[in-house]
Amino acid sequence: MAVTLKGPTVKSAPLDVARIRKDFPILAQTVRGKPLVYLDNAATSQKPRQVIDAMSQVFEEHNANIHRGVYEFSERTTALFEEARAKVARFINAPSEREIIFVRNATEALNLVAYAWGRDNIKRGDRIVTTVLEHHSDFVPWQQLATEVGAEIAVVDIDDDGRLRRDQLSSELRKGAKLLAITHTSNGLGTVNPVKEIAAEARAAGATVLVDVAQAVPHTPVDVQDLGADFVAFSGHKMLAPPGSGALWGRAEILEKMRPFLYGGDMISRVTVKLTEWNELPWKFEAGTSSYVDAIALGAAVDYLSDVGVAKIHAHELSLVAYLLPRLQEIPGVTVYGPKDLESRVGVVSFNIEGIHPHDVATIFDREGVCVRAGHHCNQPLMTRLGVPATTRASMYLYNTTDEMDALVGAIHTAKKVFGT
Amino acid sequence: MDDMYRDYILDHYKNPRNFGELEGATHTYHDSNPLCGDEMTMQLRIGDGSVDDVHFTGKGCAISQASASILTEEIKGKTLDEVKAIDRDHVLANLGIPISPARIKCALLGLKALKGAAWGLTAWPGEEVKAK
Repeated sequence: MAVTLKGPTVKSAPLDVARIRKDFPILAQTVRGKPLVYLDNAATSQKPRQVIDAMSQVFEEHNANIHRGVYEFSERTTALFEEARAKVARFINAPSEREIIFVRNATEALNLVAYAWGRDNIKRGDRIVTTVLEHHSDFVPWQQLATEVGAEIAVVDIDDDGRLRRDQLSSELRKGAKLLAITHTSNGLGTVNPVKEIAAEARAAGATVLVDVAQAVPHTPVDVQDLGADFVAFSGHKMLAPPGSGALWGRAEILEKMRPFLYGGDMISRVTVKLTEWNELPWKFEAGTSSYVDAIALGAAVDYLSDVGVAKIHAHELSLVAYLLPRLQEIPGVTVYGPKDLESRVGVVSFNIEGIHPHDVATIFDREGVCVRAGHHCNQPLMTRLGVPATTRASMYLYNTTDEMDALVGAIHTAKKVFGT
Repeated sequence: MDDMYRDYILDHYKNPRNFGELEGATHTYHDSNPLCGDEMTMQLRIGDGSVDDVHFTGKGCAISQASASILTEEIKGKTLDEVKAIDRDHVLANLGIPISPARIKCALLGLKALKGAAWGLTAWPGEEVKAK
């Protein structure tokens, strides 16, 4: 089928998907005799052999606690951990490795900012601007902060295609904002916000800019310097790395002034019974034994993604969306939410089938070997905005194929047949 | 063809029994399942210690709606004590289909709402304000 959707021209087969799939052991499985079709990548991605091996290798060859031992094994593990930090810094073009703080996931990164920056910088009467597209992890911390200190929170709406209402955002920023907390890419609809433009506008209005890039970094090239943000947060598990890995990037001058988030070992430089001095960046924010094996594996995941090329992954996902969207839209009773074109989006497609609850859809899909998310996607304000309790969401990644899009479409027909709709 | 979405399950989903507002209800309980946005209200009219009539309203998946519908058919005429004694195993056996752990809350939403009504509550403690 010719690609006629509005947006960037998609070359066919930008990736050697057959070769990539061989790197992911789990994808070779069958489910009740049918090939596994994994389309829940916005929830978490599968892991390539290279990442799994990187973890095994730490445990089998190097393992010792980092930053503590003066023996060789500890030094080796510490070197791998700090090397992973350097890889992550290069991957998002951070000016300095000191600005990469390893955390367990984007949620922890966002809470770190809400507690260690928010509690000292957001005061009674201040305004926080955010959007209806936020994942709960980039919404609840700000809502709770606002309630606690008596700040005001403004939630910018979307239009009917799932695009941010830029006019409304501008007017909210003009009213004054201490913080703009905005997602780069919507996990519910796949919309990519024009964050660079928005960040410039927000900073001009005097706001600190925090960008949730959890759905962006795995799927599109992200350059934090080009973006013009003050903080970005992401999880490793959505980008081929294990759960327990993730990073917060922040501008050094802001991080330097912040109080620590968690207190304990490794984040101190000196402790007396009376007082404690904090460690330098980034370790000031890494209290306790960190998930260093997960962080090292995040470094391996970043290597893998860099080798393949994130821009190519994005183009591949768009080719799958270009293939899927017209086929979905021609099925009677199927409603697609969010952008209907290829402009500024990633491979996330949310939809509903008339007369069938998303949970029933996902249960029937499961028996066809097709894994999708059904529910509110940690996006309840967005579901309310769309006027639905839940949606079914298919989210793609580098290893998905057009055959799998056909399997998805086939599973929709099966669901409709079962329910007689 | 289908071991889960059997004809009687789909029939109860599409044509729920005892569905709608109940005139003269003496006991009403509202509940919801935030995970999937299912909503459920059970209404009982109790006269002389037993269920004269029962209605439910709600929206949600086939499993939650069918389970509630089947339950309402069963309890008419039962005493309040008999209703209070109905347990999850009984409801799951009555549904007669395999329920995976992820869908167990759907299957039991109707029972939860019924129990709340039978015990004279109006909503889960602390959530009364949200209930109708």
